[in-house]
Amino acid sequence: MIHQDIQLDENGRLRHFLTIEGLNRALLTEILDTAESFSGVTAQSVKKVPLLRGKTIVNLFFEASTRTRTTFELAAKRLSADVLNLSLSTSATSKGETLLDTLHNLEAMHCDMFIVRHSESGAAHFIAQHVSPHTSVINAGDGQHAHPTQALLDMFTIRRHKLDFTRLTVAIVGDILHSRVARSQIHAMTTLGVPEIRVIGPQTLIPVKPESLGVHVYHDLRDGLRGVDVVIMLRLQKERMLGAMLPSEHEYFRLYGLTEEKLAVTKPDAIVMHPGPINRGVEMDSAVADGQRSVILQQVTHGIAVRMAVMSMAMQRHPVGAAAGEK
Amino acid sequence: MKKLKLRIRNGRVMDPANNIDSIQDIYIAKGKIVALGKAPDGFVVDGEIDATNRIVCPGLVDLRVHLTEPGEEHKATIASETAAAASAGITSLCCLPDTTPVIDTPAVATLIHERARQAGKAKIYTLGALTRGLAGDQLSEMSALKEIGCVGVSNALLPISNTLIMRRAMEYAATHDLTVFIHAEDPWLRNNACVHEGVISTRYGLYGNPAAAESVAFAQHVALIEELGIQAHFCHLSTARAVRMLGRAQYDGLAVTADVTAHHLHLTEMDFGLFNSMSHVRPPLRTQRDRDGLRAGVVNSTISAVCSDHYPHESDAKLAPYSETEPGISALETLLPLSLRLVEDEVLSLNEMLARLTFMPADILGIKAGRLAVGDAADICIFDPAETWMLSADRMVSRGRNTPFTGWEFTGKVTHTLLDGKIVFGPKAVS
Repeated sequence: MIHQDIQLDENGRLRHFLTIEGLNRALLTEILDTAESFSGVTAQSVKKVPLLRGKTIVNLFFEASTRTRTTFELAAKRLSADVLNLSLSTSATSKGETLLDTLHNLEAMHCDMFIVRHSESGAAHFIAQHVSPHTSVINAGDGQHAHPTQALLDMFTIRRHKLDFTRLTVAIVGDILHSRVARSQIHAMTTLGVPEIRVIGPQTLIPVKPESLGVHVYHDLRDGLRGVDVVIMLRLQKERMLGAMLPSEHEYFRLYGLTEEKLAVTKPDAIVMHPGPINRGVEMDSAVADGQRSVILQQVTHGIAVRMAVMSMAMQRHPVGAAAGEK
Repeated sequence: MKKLKLRIRNGRVMDPANNIDSIQDIYIAKGKIVALGKAPDGFVVDGEIDATNRIVCPGLVDLRVHLTEPGEEHKATIASETAAAASAGITSLCCLPDTTPVIDTPAVATLIHERARQAGKAKIYTLGALTRGLAGDQLSEMSALKEIGCVGVSNALLPISNTLIMRRAMEYAATHDLTVFIHAEDPWLRNNACVHEGVISTRYGLYGNPAAAESVAFAQHVALIEELGIQAHFCHLSTARAVRMLGRAQYDGLAVTADVTAHHLHLTEMDFGLFNSMSHVRPPLRTQRDRDGLRAGVVNSTISAVCSDHYPHESDAKLAPYSETEPGISALETLLPLSLRLVEDEVLSLNEMLARLTFMPADILGIKAGRLAVGDAADICIFDPAETWMLSADRMVSRGRNTPFTGWEFTGKVTHTLLDGKIVFGPKAVS
């Protein structure tokens, strides 16, 4: 039987970072605090610390990504690790090589950490279950399941603007059903004590049991945005139109696209977030994306510090040599 | 091998079909039961099985098994799986037509029957393909399939999306007095999802297979069955809603029966664990309410058979991200143990449970099995109802070790299995 605590070592420290679910508030706060200390590093003219010197980190991307892969790479380099970028289409498996084969081949090269992105939910857990004991796995997005570093950089951004999670009302707008980002954000926010989380979208884009995630559902954008402190817009994949989940981009924008006018019902100091890349004119107006309340570019910047924090915490768990004999 | 004259001594003989439940001896000669209770005149015992404190019941009839031979012998073979069946007290099993090649010609059916005969561990009955290649667009040669011994027809797990073809296939099967075995699942609503649409699909970001995928297809089939006045069987129901609809159809006088797998009577979507691929099965594990509805259906006989839906896989088939793993459980060896657990949990009596594992599935298949009357083939299962054991995958007889029940503790273990009077599992008879 597999347990949630696959992410933690026997001392309760971070070993893999696969999902927010199951991690406690103290640990999430520790990651955010560590990220805060690294954010100074990224602002210096010499942007490196020697924490992971001599370590090899592999960006193992089975699904295309620019932003996430780049920020992971930058984060690793700023920690002085050696980075290997591998973009493997899942067609590698159609050649007969299984995911496990690929993994074992890479392990034979003595890598210390895998940053994994994959189109299947659960892929990061699967890999974490099969790597050797000294290797750490960081989930950089698995299917529609989880994207925990994205969620934490969002929390980091919220914390920079709003002092207390326990007094916030947050709305997540758009395709909740298919969003790994939304799932991880929801877990992060419930763990950090956000008392009210709303999800807003048409029923076709809301999972069947939202109450099991602890969120309130709104189908009307104005109703859902009323009085919120934070608005998180999700990316809408074009293929959702083909799956008959939505009639058109036009109608989606009319109902759920964020405009200055719709934003007027939020708290006056509400911030607007988006994990990127934005479809301007679909999820939001350019005026909002580039406006005063938008913190979208800050999110990208914070991504580096948060990823540095997660990587360093997972790798510094054991001093050199302690890996042997560990289960 | 010479067929001995055997006595099974002092066991609690239970044969629900004939209302037998008493401690008595069974006498076997030439592969058949020749007497119960008292030895026939002049009977000289060659060998004896002491069944004191054991239950002696008809060999179990498993009406739903995926054979991976021919076609996928790397998973398991007829020889390996009939040996597993024998170790689990199963003497008759019915396989689906989704072998490679598909059982849509007499040649493939003959091959399977012949290999089963050579292996000699269990009787294999076959369902023929309802449509050619299971492709859903052309009728198979059902008459020829029946002549060669197919006991029914089915399109296995594949849909027939054109309802007119479905109707004609059902009519043609009825013409030849063949029961149609239906996998009720709407392919569109299923949406290639491998977990139930519910809490787990929501939480773990997996596509969900809604309960309506089953009930919509079920209703569609029932409408055709009613229209045509034919006989049909629904395989491995997974939802409480379908059980309710089945009860209604039976009440309306339709000739419909159904089975359920032993695992759906025990597991729910929550057994997903954390992406545990052993829980990946078709139809998916559903809610506790569904499980309770299925149990209620078994208790009130709306559902008249419990099957294994055995699907052995090589280990690689389950080693991948969840959605990329193959569905199915290697389930022969847990059919009786899981069923006995329902007795232990007082869901139903041992007699009622055995009925659903013996003559009731045999009647659905229309085969002469699952009974212990004089003159019947001596296909017999003997088990110790008190022995407690723990399932460990590496001690399984089946070549497929894919089971979610590893580490489960069971009470009741098969000690002997006889097929046509021959001991195919268990220690030799004492002479």
